[in-house]
Amino acid sequence: MEIGFDYTRSLGPVLSRFMTALAERRILGCRGSDGRVHAPPLEYDPVTYAPLTELVEVGPAGTVVTWTWLDRPLDGQPLDRPFGWALIRLDGADTAMLHAVDAGSKDRMRTGMRVRVRWAPEPVGHIRDIACFEPLTDSPPTLPGPTAEPVTMVTTPIHLRYRHTTSTEESRYLRGLAEGKVIGQRCPSCGKVYVPPRGACPTCGVPTVDDVELPDRGTVTTFCVVNVPFPGQRIPPPYVVAYVLLDGADIPFQHLILGCRPDEVRMGMRVAAVWRPREQWGTTPQNIDHFQPSGEPDAPFNSYAQHL
Amino acid sequence: MNSAITTRAAVLGTGQTEHRTRRTDVSMAGLCREAIDRALADAGIEWSDVDAVVLGKAPDLFEGVMMPELFLADALGATGRPLLRVHTAGSVGGSTAIVASQLVQAGVHRRVLAVAFEKQSESNAMWALSIQPPFTMPVGAGAGGYFAPHIRSYIRRSGAPPHVGAMVAVKDRRNGALNPHAHLRQPGITLESVNASPMLWDPIRYDETCPSSDGACAIVIGDEAAAEASDRQVAWIHATAMRTEPTYFAGKDHVNPRAGYEAARALWRAAGITDPLEQIDAAEIYVPFSWFEPMWLENLGFAAPGEGWKLTEAGETGIGGALPVNPSGGVMCSNPIGASGLLRFAEAAMQVMGRAGEHQVEGARTALGHAYGGGSQFFAMWVVGTAPV
Ligand SMILES: [Zn+2]
Repeated sequence: MEIGFDYTRSLGPVLSRFMTALAERRILGCRGSDGRVHAPPLEYDPVTYAPLTELVEVGPAGTVVTWTWLDRPLDGQPLDRPFGWALIRLDGADTAMLHAVDAGSKDRMRTGMRVRVRWAPEPVGHIRDIACFEPLTDSPPTLPGPTAEPVTMVTTPIHLRYRHTTSTEESRYLRGLAEGKVIGQRCPSCGKVYVPPRGACPTCGVPTVDDVELPDRGTVTTFCVVNVPFPGQRIPPPYVVAYVLLDGADIPFQHLILGCRPDEVRMGMRVAAVWRPREQWGTTPQNIDHFQPSGEPDAPFNSYAQHL
Repeated sequence: MNSAITTRAAVLGTGQTEHRTRRTDVSMAGLCREAIDRALADAGIEWSDVDAVVLGKAPDLFEGVMMPELFLADALGATGRPLLRVHTAGSVGGSTAIVASQLVQAGVHRRVLAVAFEKQSESNAMWALSIQPPFTMPVGAGAGGYFAPHIRSYIRRSGAPPHVGAMVAVKDRRNGALNPHAHLRQPGITLESVNASPMLWDPIRYDETCPSSDGACAIVIGDEAAAEASDRQVAWIHATAMRTEPTYFAGKDHVNPRAGYEAARALWRAAGITDPLEQIDAAEIYVPFSWFEPMWLENLGFAAPGEGWKLTEAGETGIGGALPVNPSGGVMCSNPIGASGLLRFAEAAMQVMGRAGEHQVEGARTALGHAYGGGSQFFAMWVVGTAPV
C-alpha cells in the first residue's frame, strides 16, 4: 500500500527568516542566552527556554566534526551516489548540522576536513536549498543570491510505502473471498461469530479456531449517507455506508449499499451481496462490489438492537 | 486505584491559544508556547518552578510528524527535565492532564506542566482518518462517517426528536461567542440556519459538526504545598478516571460505550458524588458532533438511557440551566484535536477558579472535564472543585 500527503509547515518568525535567507543563498544561526550560536537556528533557548530572536549569518564553509560513509544511498537522500553523512559545524556556529558531503570516495573524508555548501540551482526558501556540502577547494565561492520575498510556509511531502503481512486468519478470510465465500470464526468461549476473523476473541481473550462460513446476506443495522468529498476518497459521493450484520454473525461490518436511492436505505433493511464478475475476483473484500436490497421484509429492531 | 495517591493536587493555572482555522503566524513550537506562557503566567510561576512536562498529541499522521516531543523539547522547556508523551487519540488531552496529575499525586513532582496541541491546517484529518487496512472495504469517511451511523442509532433508540442536534449546535455556538479564544463565534446562529446547512454525513449537518482548528492548551498542576503557595484560586482535583475498550467487538454499544459508563461510575464514586446532575455545577464534555451531548449525558449518568435529549430540549444544558454543558462553546466551537480534551479539562478548572470570563457559570464550585477518543475507545474525565475534598 502507498499513502502520501503534502504536509505544510508554517514557520513562525525564526524559521521564516532562516528559510528566507536560504532563498538568498545565506545561512542563519541564532545566538542563545549563553552566547552559543545554534545553526540551524532554534526557536527557543535550550537553557532559559526564552524565545530566541538574534539571528547571525554563519558558513557557508564549515568543519566536519564527525562522519560516516554511505555506499548505497536510498531514494530521497541528498545524493544518488555514495556520500559521507557528516556533522558539520559551520563557521561562526557552535553547534553542528547533519548533512551529506559529496566527497567522491570514503578516502577523501576525514574529521576536521573543511567543506562548503553546494547550493541547489534554484533556491526557493526550503531546507533542500542546501543541496549538500563539498570539500573546500580553491575554486571561487558561490555568490549570494538575490533578495528573496519572505518565506513563511514550506511544503513537506511525506509518503509511506508498506506491505501488510496478513495473519493466518486474515489470510483464510481473504482466500475465502477469492472463492466467493465469507469466512468468519466462532469464539469457543462466548460463541460469538467474528467476521473478518481475528484469531482471538477480544472479550474472552481466547484463540478462535472454528471457521464458520457465513451467507452473503444480512441486515443493515445502521448507516450514514456520505455527501462530503475529501482527498483520497475512493468512491464519489453521495453514497451510503452501512453496517451490515451478516446472518449468523455477531459483529457488523461496513459496506456500500447501492441498488436503491440513498433515502430508501433504512435501519433493519435486508440486503444481499452483489459480487463482481468472477474473473475479477482477487483476495480482497472488494470482490463484493456492494450490497443491495434483497426484497425481504425488514428485520425487527430487536433482532439487531444489541449490535448498534 | 486512588489508594496510590499520597498528596492532593490542584490546577494552578491554565492557558490556551487563539484557536483558528489556520495559525500560519506560528510554528508548532510557537503555538505550544502561546498556551504555555499563558498557563505559567496564570499560575504565577516561572520556568524554574516546573519539574516535569507531559505532552499530549493526537495521531502522528495528523501532522505527519513522528515524535513531535523530540523536536519540541526546547519549546516545551523540557531540556533538563523529564518529558513524557501521552497518546490516546482524541481523548489525549484529557489523558495528558490525568498523567500529569498522577505524577503530582504520587509525590514524584511538585509542579508539572501539561501541554497538548494540534495544527490541523498542516494536514487533512479526514484523509488521515480514512486510511484503512487492506482487508476492509475502503468506505471510511473521516470521523463524521464513523460517528454518523451511531448517531442514527441513538436517535432511533432514544426516540429523540430531530431538532435536538440543532439545539445543541445553537447553544454551543452562542456560548462560543462569549469565549474570546473560540474558533467559531456565532452569536446569530439559529435553529433555522443550522437546519438549512448542508447534510454532510446524513444525519449530521454541517453546522452540527466541529470545525478543524489550530490550537494548543496548557495547564500547570501542583501539589498541596504548591497550591497553598499560590495567591490565586486553584482548582482542586477531586477525582480522575480513565477507561478503555476495543473499537469493535461483538456486543459493543456505540451509543452507550461500557468504558465511558464505567469510567463515569468510578469517577463519581471517587469524587464522592451520588447525584451528578445535582452536584455538578458545570460540565465540559467532548462533543465533536452536536448529537453527542445527549448521548454522553446518558453515558455519564446525568440522565437515564434514552433520556439525555430531554435535558437538552428543556434548555437545562445552557448557561443558567440545571447543568450548563460546554459554556466555553466546547469542541463544537474549537477543535484542535490533540488539545480538545485538555481544553475541556482546563475549562472545567477555569469554571471553579472563577476565571471563565463571560462564559463563567455563576457560583460554579464543582465541574466535570471529559474527553473521549478513537472509535469511542478511550475515555478520560476529572472532577475539579473550588475547595479541596
Ligand atoms: Zn469470546
